[in-house]
Order: sequence, then structure tokens, then C-alpha cells
Amino acid sequence: MNDTATSTQPASLAVSDEVVIRITDMDKWYGQFHVLKNINLEVRRGERIVICGPSGSGKSTLIRCINRLEEHQSGSINVDNIELNADIKNIDAIRREVGMVFQHFNLFPHLTVLENCTLAPIWVKKMSKKDAEEVAMKYLERVRIPEQAGKFPGQLSGGQQQRVAIARSLCMNPKIMLFDEPTSALDPEMIKEVLDVMIELAHEGMTMICVTHEMGFAKTVANRVIFMDEGQIIEENEPGPFFDNPQSERTQLFLSQILAH
Amino acid sequence: MSNPSEHMGGIVNAGDLPDKPAPISTEGPVAWMRDNLFSSPLNTLLSILALFLIVWTVPPALNWLIFSANWAGGADACRANTGAACWPFITARWEQFLYGFYPAPERWRVDIILIVLLVGIVLLAFERTPLRKWIALLMLVPFPIVSFILLYGGMFGLPVVETSRWGGFMLTLVIALSGIVASLPLGIVLALGRRSTMPVMRMVCTIFIEFWRGIPLVAVLFMASVMFPLFLPPDVSFDQLLRAVIGVAFFASAYMAEVVRGGLQAIPKGQYEGAMALGLPYWKMMRLIVLPQALKIVIPGIVNTFIGLFKDTTLVLIIGLLDLLGIVQSAINDPNWSIKSVPYTGYVFVALVFWVCCYAMARYSRYIEAKLHTGHKR
Repeated sequence: MNDTATSTQPASLAVSDEVVIRITDMDKWYGQFHVLKNINLEVRRGERIVICGPSGSGKSTLIRCINRLEEHQSGSINVDNIELNADIKNIDAIRREVGMVFQHFNLFPHLTVLENCTLAPIWVKKMSKKDAEEVAMKYLERVRIPEQAGKFPGQLSGGQQQRVAIARSLCMNPKIMLFDEPTSALDPEMIKEVLDVMIELAHEGMTMICVTHEMGFAKTVANRVIFMDEGQIIEENEPGPFFDNPQSERTQLFLSQILAH
Repeated sequence: MSNPSEHMGGIVNAGDLPDKPAPISTEGPVAWMRDNLFSSPLNTLLSILALFLIVWTVPPALNWLIFSANWAGGADACRANTGAACWPFITARWEQFLYGFYPAPERWRVDIILIVLLVGIVLLAFERTPLRKWIALLMLVPFPIVSFILLYGGMFGLPVVETSRWGGFMLTLVIALSGIVASLPLGIVLALGRRSTMPVMRMVCTIFIEFWRGIPLVAVLFMASVMFPLFLPPDVSFDQLLRAVIGVAFFASAYMAEVVRGGLQAIPKGQYEGAMALGLPYWKMMRLIVLPQALKIVIPGIVNTFIGLFKDTTLVLIIGLLDLLGIVQSAINDPNWSIKSVPYTGYVFVALVFWVCCYAMARYSRYIEAKLHTGHKR
């Protein structure tokens, strides 16, 4: 386990009452395979949610439904008062509000770090190149790699690439950030630098949903932990009770397996 | 440092071992020959065979082409020495080989276009040319239009030169460049269409591609020349050259589409997802993220298709258009030049011209590949 996260939660981690994501009775199938079953989830502004569970439990699929990288077949998803349906306008609007960080970074290898960051602000938000670069440098400084701006992603280490990916998302000034196993593809010594950036982001009040196995991170910054198995939300609770006193057997088994080593 | 077996634990090296120069035996011509020519008995045998082959073929070829060749003196000199190339045949006819039957007083029009084309290509080939983007745009859009007006005439007091009088290398260039300029964008659109999620779009593109890939170019040209007019009202005439150009362009675009599709398939799904998650709409995602990477991967395939198209233009001679090969072929039959070495000379000349053009394209593609190679792709 990672022991980065040892500090206690600061007061700035206040959560408002405003619901920014509302998922109601959502189901999804891959062909005949029922991957997500009757998902109900509300996320309020400023909440930091960690989703964990065994592989194949549907946790990545769930957050990928939120910005329509996966299509759901029934139920509804509402993001920041925009209903997610086949309407391409709504999808684009939601994607502008929701940033996403992937397990494999998905940086654009043919563009420099700076160009990776300015691309969407210029082409989606119609920002001028100069303004976009200013914003990009601000966020690259925030993730502590402004000196890499002129390099190509392939010249950076995994941890640096993931931090660029976070900066790239932040450049769109999203209201919600989705993290899909952001540290799973990293070498152990690079996990900390990425988690530190994510913790800072949480302290700034960003609404975050993280699929991760970093339980230390969950304990420090999450205000809710969700456990999924076989396409269902099995259990959700605040991190304290979740880790100290898991209710369901499956959660207990899962936690004993991942906390044992 | 000491024997590692004495250390069961602890520091092995302090990290201060100096760099030593490489042993001499890995460099120099002798080492190179040993590594590359005589590294094994089989390699030695092959090297000797290759040397034999070179000695056997190259000197006679050079002799025929250069040393004993007739360089001046016209047909009579060639008749006296038929054992080597007859270059006066080329020098006497070069204008026809270049312009076809384009009337002599109007040939300056072709010259202007050729010079602009050459200057444009040279300027574009170098990355440091100022205003390169604008030059590219000028060469792609206004240049073909102005070229056509200049070549065909009928405007601004220029006399009309019917396309039936166009010929030679100029015609080869007209067909090849129109084909190249049309087939790349068309091929990209077809490739995207074939991978589209819209079933109708996918079907239309697939049928188009498979139709044009499934018939030989000769058949395409015959259809364009003979069958196509049957579908038009009798009083509508449709230029023979234009029909050939359209046929060649469609034919090449089908191949281009499959090359581009190969590149699109090589782009990981994560690139699409990364772009979509940032809110890029489909066409921007394709233009800014997917196509730049996909096209870079398939540059060799694209240039391969261009080279194939360039050489395939010679097939237009079966529908009566006299491209470079066609015009040289007809010149060979001139009774004044009925000399044994003339046909060989003519064909070798055509081969050389085509080879130089194709090799230039190949080299440029290698240069572009090297330049675009950011080399650190995941």
C-alpha cells in the first residue's frame, strides 16, 4: 500500500449540497453480458469518491459511462443538469465539463507536452493560442513539470506523463474529474508524484471520482468509498467505517485480499 | 576491482569505472569487410558471386550507355555504330517527348507551368522555407486551376489547345499529378467512411473501394473511353483526357483508402478516447489527433501508391493518349530513325525518366519519415 496519504482532511474539503452527477437505475450490457446492474449514484459538488472492487467488476465501465465513452442502455445519467443521451450536443457539453485521466495516459505522441495541453482549449474552447499556452503553463507548473513543456510525451517517464495528462484535463477547466486507475500502469516509485498531484487537486475542492486500488489515497481524501462487484454497487460508506467495519462479506474478502500484502 | 566471489554482500563498484575505447578490430575497412562480406563460408561464396555478377554486367552496360554511345552526329552516326546507345535520337526529338503535339508557338505556357511546379516542389521540400504553408496552399488550389487555364487556353486571348494535342512527359505529369492530388483526400474520406459507424456510409464506401480495386486499370480506361460515352446523350462530348484522369484518380483512391485504413487501424483506441474525453468533435479528432498519426505510419504505403499511379499512367496509351512512353514508342517507328539501337535507346530513356521521378519520390518519403519520427512513441 502507498503511505503517501497520512495527513488528515483539511477543512477546505467541504461538500456542497448541489448534486452534479445523478445516475438513476442505470444498466449496461455488452452484447448479452450485463456489465452494470441498476446503478444509482449521486455525486455532490466537491465530493471525492473512490470506487474499488475486483477487476471486471464494472468500475471503469461505470465512470466511462459518465462522459459517454461507453453508452448505457437504460436508466438515466445527468451531469451538471445536462441529460446524457444520444444528442451529440449534450455529449459534447458534458465532455467539456468532465475531465478524464486514463490508466495509460492517452497523451498524443505526435504533439509536445505543451501542445497536448493547449489542443482542446484552442479547438474546443476557441481560446487564442497565447491564452491557451498561458493556461497550460499554469497547470504544468501546478503538476510540477513546466520544464518539460517542449518535450514529446515519449521522452517523459510514466509518472511525468500521467501528470501531463492531469494538466491537460485541467486546462479545460472541468467541474468534475474522472480518474480511471491513474496509477496502475506506473512503476512504484512514480505513484507518489501522481497521487500528490491528485491530493492537491482534492484539497482545492475539485469534484473527483477515482477508480483506484490506492487505499491510502482513499483514506486520506475520499469522503465516500464505493465497492463494486459483478456490475453492482455492493457497499458504500465513508472511508473510516468502510475500512474499519465493512458490512458485506464480499467487501471484507476484497479488503482482506488487498490489504494483506 | 577485486574478484566478485570475495564479496558476498556490499558495494561491488564505486561507480567510477572509466570509459575505455572500443577494441580496434571493430572498426576500419578490413573489419567492415570481414563483418559484411566474409563472415561465413556461405557469405564469402555469395560475395564472390556478386562481384562476378557486377564485373560481368556493369562494364558492358556502362559501355553501351556512355563510353561507346553515339552522342552527336544524328541518324547517320548511329547507323554506323549500332552496337551502343543512340542519344542523338533523344536530342533530336526531346521537344516532342516533352510537349507531345502541343503547338510550338504555345509551348512557353507549358514551360511556365513546369518551372513553377519545379520551384514549388523544391520550396516545399525544404522545411525552412518561409511561408511554406501558403506556398503549399497555392500549389494545391490555385495552381492546378491556373495550369489548366494556361494549358487549355480559350481565355485571356490564349488560343485553345485541344487536349488531343497534349502529349509526352507533360501529359504524364498532368495525369499523374491530378491523380495524386485527387486520390489522397478522396482515399482518406473513403477510409474514414469505411470505418464509420453509420451503416449506409460504410456500405457505400466499401462498395466503391471494392469496385475500383476489383477491376484492372486497363479495363477502367477502356470503360472510360468506350463505354462511358454510351451513357451520355449523343451531343454531349466529354473530354477523353478528363475521362482518363477521373478513371485513374478513382482507381488510385481505392488503393489509397485501403492504405489509409491500415494506418487508422494502427491507432490505439486510447487516442480516440483521449480526444473524445477532451470534448473534441469527430472531425477535429480525426484531423488533429488520428489522421496525423495514421498518415505518418502509412507514408511508405502512400508513396508506394503514388509511385504505382505514376507508372500506371503509361497505360493511357491504349486509349490513344500519347504519354511519354506512347510518344517515344511512336517516334521509334519513324523510318528516318529505323536503326537497330534506336528502340533500345528510346525505352532506356523512358525507363530512366520514370526511375528518376519514382526514386525522387521514394527518397523524399524516407526524408519525411525521418523528419516526422518523434521516436518516442508509446
